[in-house]
Amino acid sequence: MSDTAVPVELKAKDFKSDQEIRWCPGCGDYAVLAAVQAFLPELGIPRENICFISGIGCSSRFPYYLTTYGMHSIHGRAPAIATGLATSREDLSVWVVTGDGDALSIGGNHLIHALRRNVNLKILLFNNRIYGLTKGQYSPTSEVGKITKSTPMGSLDYPFNPLSVALGAEATFVARTIDSDRKHLTSVLRAAAAHEGSALVEIYQNCNIFNDNAFALLKEPESREDELIRLVDGEPIVFGAQGEHCVVRNAHGGLRIAETADVAADQIVVHDVGSPDTATAFALTRLSDPETLHHTPIGVLRSVERPSYDRLMSEQMTQAAANGPGDLQSLISGADTWTIE
Amino acid sequence: MPKETVQLDRVIIRFAGDSGDGMQLTGDQFTSSTASFGNDLSTLPNFPAEIRAPAGTLPGVSAFQLHFADHDILTPGDSPNVLVAMNPAALKANLEDLPRGGDLIVNTDEFSKRNLAKVGYAQSPVDDGSLEAYNVHPLALTSLTVEALKDFDLSRKEAERAKNMFALGLLSWLYGRPTEGTERFLKEKFGRKPEILGANLAALTAGWNYGETTEDFSVRYEVKPAKLDSGIYRNISGNLALSYGLVAAGQLTKLDVYLGSYPITPASDILHELSKHKNFGVRTFQAEDEIAGIGAALGASYGGSLGVTTTSGPGVALKSETIGLAVATEIPLIIIDVQRGGPSTGLPTKTEQSDLLQVMFGRNGEAPVPIIAPQTPSDCFHAAIEAARIATVYRTPVFILSDGYLANGQEPWQIPLVDELPDLTVKFADGPNWTNEAGEEEFMPFVRDPETLARPWAIPGTPGLEHRVGGIEKADITGHISYEPANHEKMVRLRQAKIDGIASTIPDLEVDDPSGDADVLVLGWGSTYGPIGAAARQIRENGGKVAQAHLRHLNPFPQNTEQVLKSYRKVIVPEMNLGQLALLLRGRYLVDVLSYNQVRGMPFKSDELVNVIEDVIANV
Repeated sequence: MSDTAVPVELKAKDFKSDQEIRWCPGCGDYAVLAAVQAFLPELGIPRENICFISGIGCSSRFPYYLTTYGMHSIHGRAPAIATGLATSREDLSVWVVTGDGDALSIGGNHLIHALRRNVNLKILLFNNRIYGLTKGQYSPTSEVGKITKSTPMGSLDYPFNPLSVALGAEATFVARTIDSDRKHLTSVLRAAAAHEGSALVEIYQNCNIFNDNAFALLKEPESREDELIRLVDGEPIVFGAQGEHCVVRNAHGGLRIAETADVAADQIVVHDVGSPDTATAFALTRLSDPETLHHTPIGVLRSVERPSYDRLMSEQMTQAAANGPGDLQSLISGADTWTIE
Repeated sequence: MPKETVQLDRVIIRFAGDSGDGMQLTGDQFTSSTASFGNDLSTLPNFPAEIRAPAGTLPGVSAFQLHFADHDILTPGDSPNVLVAMNPAALKANLEDLPRGGDLIVNTDEFSKRNLAKVGYAQSPVDDGSLEAYNVHPLALTSLTVEALKDFDLSRKEAERAKNMFALGLLSWLYGRPTEGTERFLKEKFGRKPEILGANLAALTAGWNYGETTEDFSVRYEVKPAKLDSGIYRNISGNLALSYGLVAAGQLTKLDVYLGSYPITPASDILHELSKHKNFGVRTFQAEDEIAGIGAALGASYGGSLGVTTTSGPGVALKSETIGLAVATEIPLIIIDVQRGGPSTGLPTKTEQSDLLQVMFGRNGEAPVPIIAPQTPSDCFHAAIEAARIATVYRTPVFILSDGYLANGQEPWQIPLVDELPDLTVKFADGPNWTNEAGEEEFMPFVRDPETLARPWAIPGTPGLEHRVGGIEKADITGHISYEPANHEKMVRLRQAKIDGIASTIPDLEVDDPSGDADVLVLGWGSTYGPIGAAARQIRENGGKVAQAHLRHLNPFPQNTEQVLKSYRKVIVPEMNLGQLALLLRGRYLVDVLSYNQVRGMPFKSDELVNVIEDVIANV
């Protein structure tokens, strides 16, 4: 099923299902859905060979709105279910849709293990820094002190930085993008799809009901140029409307923000997604302020080659079958038998 | 001068020693040679959960009991005729099971002051007369072994480790067991360590020769081969039979088997075994936890594999939500629960039947799941095939309820002919199955087969059948999300009716009632088959009348279950739990069954069951 003789010519509309979309009006999920539907034809993969697996949460309704195969599974377990599918069906393009609660709280274990194994999954993590479907409790990415229904005096939980977690979990592809930037979102999806193995894409997504404007700093025209660090592979990391800010190494082995005018050009860190060392990518994830998201890098932070788990498993299967398929009768008979006349 | 040989119809031997003494290996090897000699046999390994509990202590005692006979037998035996005690702890832990007059072989080298003190013996029981009731054979096993190996370039410690082979050699002589199998086994195990191999072989021979020359053993025993049905036999444990059954199920359904699993006692051996059979298209995935194990299995089933997950009770608890998803999405899946003592961590290496209600009801919502309980180690093979049949035909998760006793116990198995196994070829959906109002052909994921009520298994990669499934209630036919009250009612009842309908495809409950007029029925399930069967035989030999039946399918029950229950004045239900099947039978059939329960982590002793059943018969 992996080779299709006829090239597939599909359009965005071919990926739109007839199901009524039940996200709240104004939800960031709509933008992501539209971007994905518009992007999928680019893959050139027939619809039947694409599968979206989701967990539980607002974003996890995603598969219902596509015309591919899909499973809306249970809370936090989508990476596990998708692992079984991807490792038994290499011919499929398997995508996981999850949220900050689904992937990082109840499903944290599955996420990190899928990443370290490098299972061929494209994981879209919709991060809105809140629990939406359960109506507004803090999530593992909510800021400390957040007042929510379950934290009337403020949340005590220190938040995860999902990309730091992913890098710590040996992820081979780590990226971040924003729901409102269709072009950037699409470019990241494209890079993720082309990657062999697990690709974690964190998508900052606005929940206009329970956590509106959580990413306003990164979206508003007056602040975004100074707050968003757009990473481009092979280029010096500069940002600001005129490139007036840049990223340089600090005295502790990490990174810091500097003014481009104040530093020599060769001091500015050149972004290298393929660096075998995760230190710089990790340092990039630490640039942003965990509370305010001030100075947030977006784009592909890391993309390195490591054989996918699916491929390695498949190679073992091939190797084991090198001497032909097994013979069931001789297997169950074994070596030690006796005959009763 | 050749020694006298005494004929016996059956013997029960128990090897007991420290966890590090190799008692399980010794027992396994004695079992293999006994099997190849042609006796019927049944085994009961009994070992601690700790890998190496402190040496010489009671918690560290590991034992292996083997019952072999010249006729067909059903259990590993209640109490041993021969106890081999490799140290004082092994003696202390096992002596109460040895009947007076039984043979007791003790390794006196280990009966040092220190070892005696560890288990609270003030003096050596070998010397103080407290073992007078037994036929004691005090042997300096360790020094005899070391002496026999003095020409090998081994440290004393290394030489001592071969003492289990010395014991095996001696017992092999005593019961006329062939040693070729053990020699072959040692050659495979130590092929790369010639010195160790040589030492083990020498210890084995020395043990045999010792029996022949010492005056301590004046007679040898002979147990002639059993007259079993003609055919080719092998020896098999429950976990191995289950593994082979799963491989077979893959071949018979023509599906690739996908095992998603997390290591847990006593189920891990199935994962180990299946990981060796990739050439049968079997994929094994050791997941990060129990939930991911079943998640991956379900994902693989969704993709068209035969998804399987293996675990024990604590793992079932974690998998419950995913089982519910499999019920809701109606995707085939096999869940193997090798039961152990509970609750919580409980008794990991001991047996129990206390997960029945967990697998029957342990999910949110109305979530019926078929349950199959194998009865003997070899029956695990057929249970796996039956589970695959039900899972794939009815598109449902299916439980196999094995237990620690079946998993590790061994018995001779008449090897089935693969050609005689059922063809379970699965057909995936490949086109439209519905005509809409406009007269167009469409695919609907929740259209049901009128006979089985199963929905189509439409796997990703099939053009034109793209659809979405999930845990939210589905609309009948279309499979779209639906919160409609009437639809939910319909779907809940449809899923239940589908599982209930399986009853029409399973055999009726068979009753063994040779006299035809017994008043009392003993009804069991799972691994109690052996002890109950042995008890029934004994009662009949004693002149009593008793009927016996054993449930292999626990959900749904066989169609004639009610009729069978109501045909007897009393029904006794022995279970290794506090009455779980009894609760189901009472609730379902309003029959006042008598529950007999034990939860000691060990199988029933048939003598005890005889007493219980005869007591009921006497008071009918």
